[in-house]
Amino acid sequence: MTNYTDNEMMAISAGRFVKNGDIVFAGTGLSMLAATAAKRIYAPKAVIFFETGGIDPSLEEIPMAVSDLRVMYGTCLNSGLIEAFSIVGHRRLHTIAFLGAAQIDRYGNLNTTVIGDYWRPKTRFSGSGGACDVSAFASGVITFMQHEKRRFVEKLDYLTSVGWYKGGESRRNLGLQRGGALAVVTNLCVMRFDDTTKEMYLAEYYPGISVDRIVENTGFPIDLSRAREAAPPSAEDLRILREEVDPQRLIL
Amino acid sequence: MNNYPEITDKVMSVEEAVKKFIKDGSQIALGGFTVVRNPMAVAYEIIRQGIKDIHLVCHSHGQALDVMIGAGCVKRLEIAYGGNGRYAPTCIRFKKAIQRGEIQFEDYSNYQMTLRFLAGALGVPFMLTKSGLGSDLLNHEGFPKEIRKEPKVANKKFAVMQNPFSEEDDKVVLLPALTPDVALIHTQYVGEDGTVRIKGLTFADIEQAKSADVVIVTCEEIVPRSFIRLDPDQNTLPPFFVDAIVKVPYGAHPTGCYTFYDYDPKHLNLYKKVANDDGLFKEYLDEWIYGLSSYDEYLNKVGSESLMKIKANPVLGYAVGLDRK
Repeated sequence: MTNYTDNEMMAISAGRFVKNGDIVFAGTGLSMLAATAAKRIYAPKAVIFFETGGIDPSLEEIPMAVSDLRVMYGTCLNSGLIEAFSIVGHRRLHTIAFLGAAQIDRYGNLNTTVIGDYWRPKTRFSGSGGACDVSAFASGVITFMQHEKRRFVEKLDYLTSVGWYKGGESRRNLGLQRGGALAVVTNLCVMRFDDTTKEMYLAEYYPGISVDRIVENTGFPIDLSRAREAAPPSAEDLRILREEVDPQRLIL
Repeated sequence: MNNYPEITDKVMSVEEAVKKFIKDGSQIALGGFTVVRNPMAVAYEIIRQGIKDIHLVCHSHGQALDVMIGAGCVKRLEIAYGGNGRYAPTCIRFKKAIQRGEIQFEDYSNYQMTLRFLAGALGVPFMLTKSGLGSDLLNHEGFPKEIRKEPKVANKKFAVMQNPFSEEDDKVVLLPALTPDVALIHTQYVGEDGTVRIKGLTFADIEQAKSADVVIVTCEEIVPRSFIRLDPDQNTLPPFFVDAIVKVPYGAHPTGCYTFYDYDPKHLNLYKKVANDDGLFKEYLDEWIYGLSSYDEYLNKVGSESLMKIKANPVLGYAVGLDRK
């Protein structure tokens, strides 16, 4: 069996959701890695772009921030935030956003703002950035999470970015016309959302990971009836990740 | 006097620009984004001149924001994101200031803040979006009620209204315009005629500049009129929006400036280490800001070895193979 790390499995698992023709919005960190991997492995005709305005950069080195100079080279267009957000929600485009979060709930709503009281928090995080915006506009959001009980919670300390809101039709009823949480990719598994209830369920557990461990590390009940084992990354997937996407091992 | 007859009254030193245009309590829009094109030379000078009670307005910001907060210059903040890439996923002094209740803050998103600058630029009272519906951004007002009556503070954070063009239930979020006192922009080129050219991504710099009462532009180079007017498609702002022009090579260090230099991992790692400790941070301010009288001295202290390492390949725009750990 090939050895691979959590981050490698996560990048590959998320990359499998991207199809040719998709417009992929990448946030910082693992999002960057997954978006680049998706384009090099699964969907060479997908377009990666950044909220800062860099559209389809060549990404010969991996960027470490969405404003990184590396998102400005080899692009079809260097623009700004207004341009970028006009793309995320554009009715003609199928856009997939990769995000990260400190907390997530069963409906895929995200917290990237605070733990504890909003005004005098125990821990303050960076804030929304573009996450609230892309969660409102993108065709689908894939969120990266470390799989811990304190992060998969019944109730978020602060709802920064809307997923399926309160489930069912509640997202549409808010006035958001499309989108919603597509999947959650963790260091243990891939979760998806029920078509009707919009509740998170276990879709794939990684090779060697027990379903019990996933249940123990999730702070709310999850449906296990549709779970199956995920395919591991192939040797070629790993070669591309390690040699082409992140040879400097900045994120891997 | 300087050698630029068309902009002779605008070209000045960073000390003069800050003295002339920035006061205690000024509302300041920060150009750039996280680790790129932060107006560092001006931020350091604001700290050195001991300016207080600043009201910062920005979307996603990093180093200039964090060092000004850490130095105690900032009273109030409207922001979408405080982070320095992998060097500080959450800006460290920003985080401490909020956790300790030292600053007034209001959270928005990147797009919302950009639309607020755009509203200010267009001279309309608000812009609207669907972003924010269902989010706690709409549920929590960060600013205390009593400051809502002050000049340049909106009387409420948001308003939600029904789309007046639809018979069906359809909500939109209205965002109050921003008209900052000053916008700080760092760019690669300003022409001898005062035209501004930003290379690479413009972020929300254009909206920020046009929304402000005064624009201070720091630049890597002042270039001939003939050069800047040869390819006007590349230009960003016409001269009449610009009030002060300051030539400061490496003026965004330790953040990056496309085609000139990369962000400086060595300095950002040093900053990360000192920012986590109040004592070390005070020493950092003394050593890197208060103890230096000019930006030239600052660059001398950074050192030619570091500056050479981050020097960008002018074609690719970044420093190829730079050790960014």
